[in-house]
Amino acid sequence: MNFLQMNIPLNITKTISDWIFSIMPETAANYTIMVVIAVAYLALFAVAGLYLVLLERKVAAWFQLRIGPNRVGPWGLLQTMADALKLVSKELTSTIKIDKFLYNLAPYFVIVSALMAMAVFPFSKQFQAFDINIGLFFLIAISSIGVIGILLAGWSSNNKFALIGAMRSGLQTISYELSVGLSILTMVLLTGTLQLSEIIEVQRTGGWLILQGHVPSIIAFMIFMVAGTAETNRAPFDLVEAESELGAGFHTEYSGMKFAYFFLAEFINMFIIASIAVVLFFGGWLSPFGITENITWFPEVIWFIIKVLGLIFLMMWFRWTFPRLRVDQLLTLEWKYLLPLNLMNIMLMAIVIWLNWTI
Amino acid sequence: MSYFSDIYKGIKTLLTGMSVTGGYFIRARKGVITQQYPNNRETLKMFDRFRGEVVMPHDADNRHYCTGCQSCEIACPNGSIEIIWDRVVDPATGKKKKIIDKHIYHLSMCTMCGLCIEACPTDAIVWAQNFENSVYDRSALTKVLNQPGSSVLDGIED
Ligand code: SF4
Ligand code: SF4
Repeated sequence: MNFLQMNIPLNITKTISDWIFSIMPETAANYTIMVVIAVAYLALFAVAGLYLVLLERKVAAWFQLRIGPNRVGPWGLLQTMADALKLVSKELTSTIKIDKFLYNLAPYFVIVSALMAMAVFPFSKQFQAFDINIGLFFLIAISSIGVIGILLAGWSSNNKFALIGAMRSGLQTISYELSVGLSILTMVLLTGTLQLSEIIEVQRTGGWLILQGHVPSIIAFMIFMVAGTAETNRAPFDLVEAESELGAGFHTEYSGMKFAYFFLAEFINMFIIASIAVVLFFGGWLSPFGITENITWFPEVIWFIIKVLGLIFLMMWFRWTFPRLRVDQLLTLEWKYLLPLNLMNIMLMAIVIWLNWTI
Repeated sequence: MSYFSDIYKGIKTLLTGMSVTGGYFIRARKGVITQQYPNNRETLKMFDRFRGEVVMPHDADNRHYCTGCQSCEIACPNGSIEIIWDRVVDPATGKKKKIIDKHIYHLSMCTMCGLCIEACPTDAIVWAQNFENSVYDRSALTKVLNQPGSSVLDGIED
């Protein structure tokens, strides 16, 4: 029971946690709060994921001069809810020759790793479930676990398309993980801490990190967005589930709720990449120019959401603009361009900090 | 040095692409290019070359151009057309001639390939532009193309 002695700052709604502590012994109260927060996050991000799907469909429609879903509910707002209900009520089918255990395990790997990463984000000053001092490191580690789920799904489906998709995902994640890690490292040089809340504190006085670090920061941001898009397996890096080549890629054999897990995880991953970028480059929940800094009742989480949505829109814009890369082009982009650029960029950042050229 | 100019060119072309799609995104509010189907059911008109189903046009006197030559029946790759024909004596010439009794068309089997229409020597059958072809009973998809009591237009055989 060592981890219960760990001082986990569960900051959300102080009053509720105080109340729970007052009516229960400490151990039970700790457990209760963990469960409450876990359930709250699950519900919140399942719904948020659904609305991201809706947003994607709307944005896609506008890029293609269409209207998009507009039948279910006002402006189609309930469309993805209806889709999710449909998927939940569907029969879970599978082929005979699957590896049952791994096949059933794979979707949970993907969705759980996606939801776990949400825990460390500081959505506002109070709204952060798990503020560890190695937050960024934790994020990078967690986000690479998802690929195991994808590999398992492809392998256990016993389907050649699924396997090809999964293998592509493996090579893609291994390659682009480097760029994500190195571009984050570039920013860590500037912040000097891995704790997400501290990173935001650094920006409160010095301005957003993308301004503090100017040139190397902007290069790091561009590399991070490219590598992050690749990490989430979205177009133009969606070789993993390239519809025109592989059916649906690694989740070809999945149906019903298990398919929905993969689908939702993709969108939550997109949210995660955008959130990391917001925390690292755009000051997290800090308001631009501190305009709402002195308004105490103002929910800072709004700034966070606005910034995240902006970056998500950018990723959607990528998706509906660029054609899919070939595997060799994918690897050329990473190993020949992004990685050397990234290493140069770290040097540049180090020099900038050494000579005190930061703004 | 071409390494860096490649990067520059790459970024530039990507941004060009994004500005094009971004332009469309902004203009999307001004009007969509897709048909808002059930809403504009009254006004929606299909295009000339749209293949809805095979029909046989009749003129005001209930006459069609079909001579009963069966070219369409032979041309159809999947047997969607069946022609029930008859021999009658032509009152004008006193010779026996072939006329159609029923030109039966199975819309349920038709692949809309258009071979029958190309094969027809007298252009007796054409494409219709209707698109709401769903019915509650399969038998409704078997259609007799020539209207009851219709006859072939005189002189079309020549
Ligand atoms: S369009 Fe093709 S399939 Fe249909 S009736 Fe004519 S020949 Fe047969
Ligand atoms: S529709 Fe045309 S091809 Fe078919 S039997 Fe009549 S005249 Fe001949």
